[in-house]
This record gives sequence, C-alpha cells and structure tokens, in this order.
Amino acid sequence: MHENKLGSKIVKGVLIGISILFLFVMLILPLITVFSEAFKQGWEVYVKAITDEYTVKATILTLEATLIAVAVNTIFGVFAAWAITKFRFKGKKVLTTLIDLPVTVSPVIAGLIFILTFGRQSILYPLLQQADVSIVYAVPGVVLATVFVTFPFISRELIPVLEAQGTDEEEAAALMGANGFTIFRRITFPHIKWAFLYGIILCAARAMGEFGAVSVLSGHLRGKTNTLPLHVEILFNEFQYVPAFAVSSILVIMAIAILIIRSVVEYKGKKDI
Amino acid sequence: MKKAKKRVIPLFGLSMGVTLSILSLVVLIPLASLVIYTAQMDFSDFIQTITRERVLASFKVSFITAFIASLINAVMGVIIAWVLVRYQFPGKKIIDGMIELPFALPTAVAGMALTSLTTDNGLIGSFFDKFGIKIAYTQVGITIALIFIGIPFVVRSVQPILEKLDSSYEEAAGVLGASRTRIFWKIIFPEIRPAVFTGFGLAFGRCLGEYGSVVFIAGNKPYETEITPLIIMSELQEFDYKSATAIALVMLAVSFLLLFVINLIQARNTKILKGG
Repeated sequence: MHENKLGSKIVKGVLIGISILFLFVMLILPLITVFSEAFKQGWEVYVKAITDEYTVKATILTLEATLIAVAVNTIFGVFAAWAITKFRFKGKKVLTTLIDLPVTVSPVIAGLIFILTFGRQSILYPLLQQADVSIVYAVPGVVLATVFVTFPFISRELIPVLEAQGTDEEEAAALMGANGFTIFRRITFPHIKWAFLYGIILCAARAMGEFGAVSVLSGHLRGKTNTLPLHVEILFNEFQYVPAFAVSSILVIMAIAILIIRSVVEYKGKKDI
Repeated sequence: MKKAKKRVIPLFGLSMGVTLSILSLVVLIPLASLVIYTAQMDFSDFIQTITRERVLASFKVSFITAFIASLINAVMGVIIAWVLVRYQFPGKKIIDGMIELPFALPTAVAGMALTSLTTDNGLIGSFFDKFGIKIAYTQVGITIALIFIGIPFVVRSVQPILEKLDSSYEEAAGVLGASRTRIFWKIIFPEIRPAVFTGFGLAFGRCLGEYGSVVFIAGNKPYETEITPLIIMSELQEFDYKSATAIALVMLAVSFLLLFVINLIQARNTKILKGG
C-alpha cells in the first residue's frame, strides 16, 4: 500500500509537470515574446508605434465593429433564446443548426460568401451601386463579417440556462396577467444575467480578434478599413517587427483582461446559483 | 383553444420575427448566394478546379497538419483535464483560466508570436536548429500553430465529464488490486471517450478552417506549406470567384460531415452527463 501511494505521487507530479510545461511553451511563451519584441527598442519606440495615426484609426474601427457585433448579437441572442426555449415549434433543430453555422465554417469562407452576396458579380450589385452603398472593401463589409463570425455567441450561452430553467415560472406569470416584457425583465432576466454577460464577453473577444473573414472583405485600406489585427499583419509583412508586436501587445492586454473578467463572471455566476 | 393552451407565454410572434429576420440578413441570404453561385457553375469545371495538383496538395497539407495537431491536443487535453479535476496544486486556478487564451487572443497575434519563437533566431527555433530541425516555414510550424488554436477544445469537453465521474468504481477496482493503467483504460477512459472524440472533432474542424495563425508561420510555399484556406484567399485576391467557391464547397462538405458525426457522439454524451 505504501509503495502504491508513492507511485501515485510520482504520477501526479509527472502529469502536473507535463501540463505546466506544455501550457508554458504553447501559451505563456508566445505572450512573453510579444512583449519582449515590442519593447526591443525601448519605451519611446513602443509609444510611438501605438500612438501612430493608423494604429489609432485601426483601434477605433475595431472598437466600432466590436460594438455593433455585440449589439446585433445581443438583440438576436435574447430573442432567439426566448423563442427557442419558451415555445415548441417545428423546425427548431434546423433553426439552431443555422444559428451555429457561422462558427463552423472557415473564416475565409465566411468572407467569401459576403463577397458573392455583395460583390461585383452579385445580382444585388447594380442595386447597391444605384443606392451608392459599398459593402465589399468598405467598413460595412468589415462590420458584417464581424457580426457573422460572432453570430451565435450570445444565444448559445443563454439557451442552455433557459432550457434548464423551464417555462413554469413564465407560464404562471402570464396566467396572472403579466405582459411579455414584464415577464422577461422580472422573471427570465435574473436567471440569465451571468450567462448573458459571459456571452457578451466571448462575443467581444472574438469580434476584436477576427482576422480571416475581415481580411477577405476589408481590402486592407490603411486608415479606412483596417482593423487592429489587419494593421498588425501589414506591419509584420513590411518587416516592421517592433511596431507590429507593439500593436499586438494592445491586443494581448485586451485578451488577458477578457480572460480575467470571464473568470470573475463565471465565479460570481456559480455563487449565485 | 388547443393552440392557446400550448402558448400561454406571450411574445412568440415578435421573438420569432426578430430571430428570423436577423438570421436571414446575416446567415441565410449570404448562404443562398453561395448556392445560387454554385448552381451556375459547370460540373466539369468544378471537378477540374478541385483536382488541380496545387489544390490537392493543399488538401493534403491541411488534413495532415490538422489531424496531427488535434491528435496531440486530444492526448494533452485529457492529461490537462485530469490534472485540473483530480489534483490540487498552487496556481491551478490560473492554469484553468488560461486554457481559453487561444479563444481570446487574436489568431494573427498568436501566429506572429509563434513564428518569431520558432524561426532560426527565435528562442525555440534556435534550439532545434542545432539538431537541424526547422520549425517555422515548414509543416511542423503549421502543426504548432494549429495545436495552439485547438488547446481549449478537448480540455473543455472532457473536464465536465471527469467532474461528474463517480470515483467509487476506481476505488473498488483499486482495492481489488487493479493497476493504475488498467483502471484508467478499463474504467475511466470508456466514460470520457465520447467527450474526447467530440473535442477532437471540434478542434479538427477548427484547425481545417484556420487561417490567421497559420499564414505567418507557414511560409506559404505552394505544394509544401500552402493550406486550403490560403488557396481560397489567393483565388479571391485574383478575383477568381469560381475557383474560390469550388474549393470552399469541398471544405464546407467536409466540415458539415464532421459536424454531423460530432452531433451523433454528443447526443450520447449528454445522455451520460444527465445520468441516463
């Protein structure tokens, strides 16, 4: 028995060691690299890189696209989750599959389908031109791509919580005469508060970092349709490594902030239940 | 009357209406345009496009690197999930919180950082260079980028199953004298197997479509380190929408097939979680 205990201690040590080594090399080391490359030429070069005119413009566009994506997907997520979990109807499986579809296709393909929809060979193109609206290689395209790739992020967090909660409380409230919005605000929302916040965080994280789909639709016009990740790519391909990593470090800080907020929200949510 | 009984809760019309209109605008119309565009394509053109040697080579590169990366993640994912569920050690919370980093970090940043680490001058690259092993700009590099992308999938699908697992069977087997490896393979692994497959499948699907992190580290040499999403990208840049669509259709078919298989496994998985 004693030998067995020693054995399990060794196994424990080895497994923890392997895990930590793997995660250190794969996750921590890349983060350290970003910062060490960013500060290679000192603080001044770093500050100059992140206050560069194009960097600031790219940051603003990224924040705009993120904000719109979160807003659209919040509205969609709440209504879709309500419809899917509180009612029975035919075709529910098809509906949920379609909602999940955007995250299963490659980001490059996501970009491609918007080019086919709004690009020059599309049947909609003459109409768009008449209305003087450009979507492909313009800001609306970037925003659309961002909305698309984050589409199910909020509904997906809400649906399981609402499903577990059932419909009894809402039914009781409805029978007592409460209207739909009151039911949602007073009964449903308290249940989904944390899941909702969690969904928004995930959506924002993905929206800020999206690269492939946005890359197809943006046309890489510097200062116009460049988001932060695209700006980073251009700098890197121009061999401007220090500025590229300096701008990346902003994205890394955002990512870490999101992970911390996520952990706090998850912890609070668990405590509430 | 029957209908009214079914739907006591109000707002069905409004919520369905909003859901369907946003879904149509964002997903259905773009998808329909893909179908319309495909219908105009000539079948022999389609076959010719997807069987071009360079395209076939990219399928091979994409498939092999994604498969190996997901396999490594499956093994590491089980180990990490096990460590996080069964052991107590300082810093465990931080590790648990870090697993989602690949979701939160923009893929382009990850790709650049990994490239800079694995070139001949990089910290890891220079070490392996002594043994004549090149990482960046080879298929090994692509695989490493894909490992990074796929880390959370297996961990996060195995973890809840392990948490629910009743340890009394293991204890019983231990008392009866079964060795640790035997307990793992005979008692624990059969329980987590569906979750491992689901996580593997999700990671594999994600890796096949991954673009952002791979472009930097791949070097993008045709026939050698060119992945399929990159070929679609370059066709798009040359405004050859026909070829891009044809290749995209093949990728879509593969990912739908994968999704279908995952859903089958997941249906069994939920049964286990719900204790059925």
